[in-house]
Amino acid sequence: MRLLADIILLIGATFTLLGALGLLRMPDVYNRIQAGTKAVTLGALSLLLGIGLLYPEWWSKLLVIALMILVTNPIGSSTIARALMMAGVKPWKKVETITSERDQA
Amino acid sequence: MSATPAQQEEARFSHGLFLFVLIFLLWLMLSGNLALAEVVSGLVVASVVTLASRPHLPLFSGLRLSPAAILPFISYLAVFLAALIRANLDMARRVLSPSLPLNPGVVEVKTRLKSSLGRLILANSITLTPGTLTVDLQGDSILIHWVDIPPGSDIESATRDVTDIFERHLVGFVK
Repeated sequence: MRLLADIILLIGATFTLLGALGLLRMPDVYNRIQAGTKAVTLGALSLLLGIGLLYPEWWSKLLVIALMILVTNPIGSSTIARALMMAGVKPWKKVETITSERDQA
Repeated sequence: MSATPAQQEEARFSHGLFLFVLIFLLWLMLSGNLALAEVVSGLVVASVVTLASRPHLPLFSGLRLSPAAILPFISYLAVFLAALIRANLDMARRVLSPSLPLNPGVVEVKTRLKSSLGRLILANSITLTPGTLTVDLQGDSILIHWVDIPPGSDIESATRDVTDIFERHLVGFVK
């Protein structure tokens, strides 16, 4: 059980790390949101599952936290994306946008 | 949809009861014990929250509260979790590959779900599916951002496929 919990905690940490890497590598804000939301949601869920295996008496609280994350994470991301779209931030396009940005610079 | 005042009153009561039970259960799960003081304060808190959210109760009218809704709900959860895991593996592959394979695009798609609760759940599911992010939700149209438009295929039908998978299970328990 201890080993299984450690493995799941490690998986959660790895996905969260990949999410952070995604924030750094992605070219524009919409893609960053995508990378961040998905990775952090699954990362947090597997961290909670790992904690649940280590401390089974906490399962009910962990379940509530997991539900909270599942509901609020995507809403937050969509809200940020919507605000950006309304503010007129254009999604990054392959090649065309890069050249026009270089022209401006 | 035309409902008599009596039916509306009944619907309002059952939605209120649903919210009350939901909040009470959440309280018990968070407190983690069944001591009398916890149960009583849970009942008080649930009553206050239910009364305070009276104006928002129609949100639950999108929910199908019947035993027949349980099976679609479970199959929806299974589909959703599988999609979430695939989304992460897909994202991990993109982030780690040196060439950063991306071809973003934005597309609009219509949903056949009628209730705002159903549309909310659908929009959230789309955000956590591989490669898609819900940008805006207005009426029955959902604006979706793609990390990588599937090559060779028509973007509209690709998006249709993504939403169809969830809608098929969602119609079982929301309107």
